[in-house]
Amino acid sequence: MNARSLKGRAAVAGIGETTYYKRGQSPAAEFKLALEAIVRACADAGLSPRDIDGFASFSNDRSDPSQLAAALGCRELRFANMQWGGGGGGGSAALGNAAAAIATGMAECVVVFRALAQGQFGRFGQGAQTARVSGNAAHTVPYGLLSPAHMFAMKVTRFMHDHGIGQEAFRAIALASYHHAQSNPRAVMYGRPLDAATYDRSRWIVEPFHLYDCCLENDGAAAMVLVAAERARDLPHAPCYLLAAVAGSQYRAGAPVHNTPDYATSSFKTVAPRLYAMAGLGPDDVDVLQSYENFTGGVLMAVVEHGFCTPAEANEYFQFENLIAPGGDLPLNTSGGNLAECYMHGLGLNVEAVRQIRGVSTAQVPRAEVSMVISGPMVTPVSSCIFGSEATL
Amino acid sequence: MTAPYLKPGLPAPEPTELDRPYWDGLRAERLLLQRCRACHRFQWGPEWICHRCLDFGLEFAALEPRGIIHSHQRVWHPVHPALKEQGPYIIVLVELPQADHVRLVGNLLGDAMQPLAIGTAVEGVFEHHADGEPPFSLLQWRVRPA
Repeated sequence: MNARSLKGRAAVAGIGETTYYKRGQSPAAEFKLALEAIVRACADAGLSPRDIDGFASFSNDRSDPSQLAAALGCRELRFANMQWGGGGGGGSAALGNAAAAIATGMAECVVVFRALAQGQFGRFGQGAQTARVSGNAAHTVPYGLLSPAHMFAMKVTRFMHDHGIGQEAFRAIALASYHHAQSNPRAVMYGRPLDAATYDRSRWIVEPFHLYDCCLENDGAAAMVLVAAERARDLPHAPCYLLAAVAGSQYRAGAPVHNTPDYATSSFKTVAPRLYAMAGLGPDDVDVLQSYENFTGGVLMAVVEHGFCTPAEANEYFQFENLIAPGGDLPLNTSGGNLAECYMHGLGLNVEAVRQIRGVSTAQVPRAEVSMVISGPMVTPVSSCIFGSEATL
Repeated sequence: MTAPYLKPGLPAPEPTELDRPYWDGLRAERLLLQRCRACHRFQWGPEWICHRCLDFGLEFAALEPRGIIHSHQRVWHPVHPALKEQGPYIIVLVELPQADHVRLVGNLLGDAMQPLAIGTAVEGVFEHHADGEPPFSLLQWRVRPA
């Protein structure tokens, strides 16, 4: 074992989610949602919440680890970690941070969580509502560049232009998510199927994003309990091992006001090679993929930059039949993902990736041994991770 | 003076120590961008240090507001109360080859349904908001005549 690798060092022993609500419709406060998801994840793992000694989250989650530990009666707090960066770019990074703490002896039992109640707090999809704006935002907001859709549309348009990508590729991604949601009773869009004609007729949010190219906004919480690999083997579920987790972005990805030198990228060009190197695997080994949909265009760019196809092959590769479980070459977003299951800043994708290894997804891929997650394309830092069954160690 | 491209009510830019010369320049119909005194290269948005040579000696230098469209978007869904009655509008990312290829965000003046093409040559138009709180000016763009 490489001492400087996370491969197989830690495993997900438990997963927990609240009911997923439409934005603003949670009957519970955000902090209570976090507690509910954590308690459920611990029950799933066969552990007491008092055994938790670490918390890891991302995107400035508002539920403070010390307060969570106090509320749950955790015996001791050893690790309180926040992955910097907005959006969902930190989802898989938080798992990596948790696993790193466990692998290095900093903590024994770490919960990765994300909780959102946008009724209690503000909405992501709304622009700045202040009278004045300063700093970098002063160079975009007065021009009506306000929302996440506006921040990313021009990256996607440039990528489409450079590589001849058609709108049909984005449509296939949206249809695959909605298709998978129809077998997932947890999904907000369960019972609300989407067809190609409805996608084509749907209004533009901002070109090139139709309504159905954009993620939902939801209330809820998700949590995952990680322990050392050897300890996981004594717990109720077959361990879901973390084979790799990496984060980051390319040179000056954070350059202000859309000035990053490599503009039309999902920020994974330097990240993906490190992911595969740590796991000792390649894209051909991946049985099932959850890829964060802030917008479908980001999914396409991230899948390309993780080597599943070349930009030139993308129009052919992103066909509905190719993206669905169980028979597609790359079953994608098998819970319905951020478009149709729930937008829990992407942590729901990591939970679904674990279900695939356990064999209990509502859109199960037969004999899924290698299950991958791509978190938060186009932001910085981004992250991705790979889970594996016992057979992959 | 023509009406501003977007309806009033969006947040007004408030200069900071870092970008005040830029905003003052726009009000005087001059485009001033940040340049390193040591290596004479431009960078944008404004930083406290030159990212190339790590010199802290930065200044603002004048440029002709001309560029090419690096990317673009036509926005339809209003996400701010000020834009409820706006209808579609165009945002462009303009690259300035004469300034080490820095990019500026702005609106493309004219018909909101005009065809958009990466690589189109554009020129700057100063848009003054004298009644802004505080008063400010924006740099907008229009397609450069062939």
